[in-house]
Amino acid sequence: MKAIINVYLKEGVLDPQGKAAHHALESMNFKGIEDVRIGKQIIIKLETEDKNEAQKEVEDMCETLLANTVIEDYTIELI
Amino acid sequence: MRVVILRFPGTNCEFDTQYAFEKLGHTTELIWHKEESLPEYTDLVVVPGGFSYGDYLRSGSIARFSTVMKAVKEYANSGGRVLGICNGFQILTEAGLLPGALKRNNNLHFISKIQHLKVVNSDNAFLNRCSDEEILNIPIAHADGNYYIDDIGLSELEANGQILLRYCDANGDRVVVNGSVTSIAGVCNIEKNVFGLMPHPERALESILGSDDGIKMLQGFEQ
Repeated sequence: MKAIINVYLKEGVLDPQGKAAHHALESMNFKGIEDVRIGKQIIIKLETEDKNEAQKEVEDMCETLLANTVIEDYTIELI
Repeated sequence: MRVVILRFPGTNCEFDTQYAFEKLGHTTELIWHKEESLPEYTDLVVVPGGFSYGDYLRSGSIARFSTVMKAVKEYANSGGRVLGICNGFQILTEAGLLPGALKRNNNLHFISKIQHLKVVNSDNAFLNRCSDEEILNIPIAHADGNYYIDDIGLSELEANGQILLRYCDANGDRVVVNGSVTSIAGVCNIEKNVFGLMPHPERALESILGSDDGIKMLQGFEQ
């Protein structure tokens, strides 16, 4: 089983990289952009095929290492 | 005073830090991150600057899981004094020994220059040789120094006198350097035995090189 984890700065925490990309896109005449957020994706291959077990394990990984929950949120997708 | 200085793969300010404390007459010991304990006679642990583990994932995020950090946590929880400078500050926030987090600088640049700082609270073991409102001149050199804490956390820091330093101009007025919440440059924990700051006092020891304001900062721990 594969876990696809997206880590990104929380709503309300200014994302300077997203802002820079936003300005760059606008300067290239792309219109109608409301907001740009940049995060990172972490892909983990797991031995288990048990979804519940995988979800628990990956949540634990996110809480302890993969995300800093003071400033970041994360989403987990299992496939 | 015996000062223990930690070394991780990628640490690069350990010798400057050692030089600074030895110049002030203290004994120092460099400790590799795989050590499981600190020397019994430790008076101060310094987590120096650098790029531990290449800043992978987030600055300081990997270093905090090294074996020596367990010993540092125990040492801090039993009242021992810990100082984190730059990457050391990032490691201490990641380890939960200090509140808040350090994000990428707002302008996305690595900022390296001598910077004015205002002492916010001098009533602690670190800045007791300085006075409140005093303006210091200390080098900064970082890409991830943008201090973040939520509003509740910020009011707690203010209420408990945990804000150590703020970035300012020559007149003492706050300036935006890296995007830090209320221009915070350094904080301590509520018990006031763990300290962290982005500026480098160990690089400010000679007035001929720009400033010797770092001396009185590091001397604070002598009391």
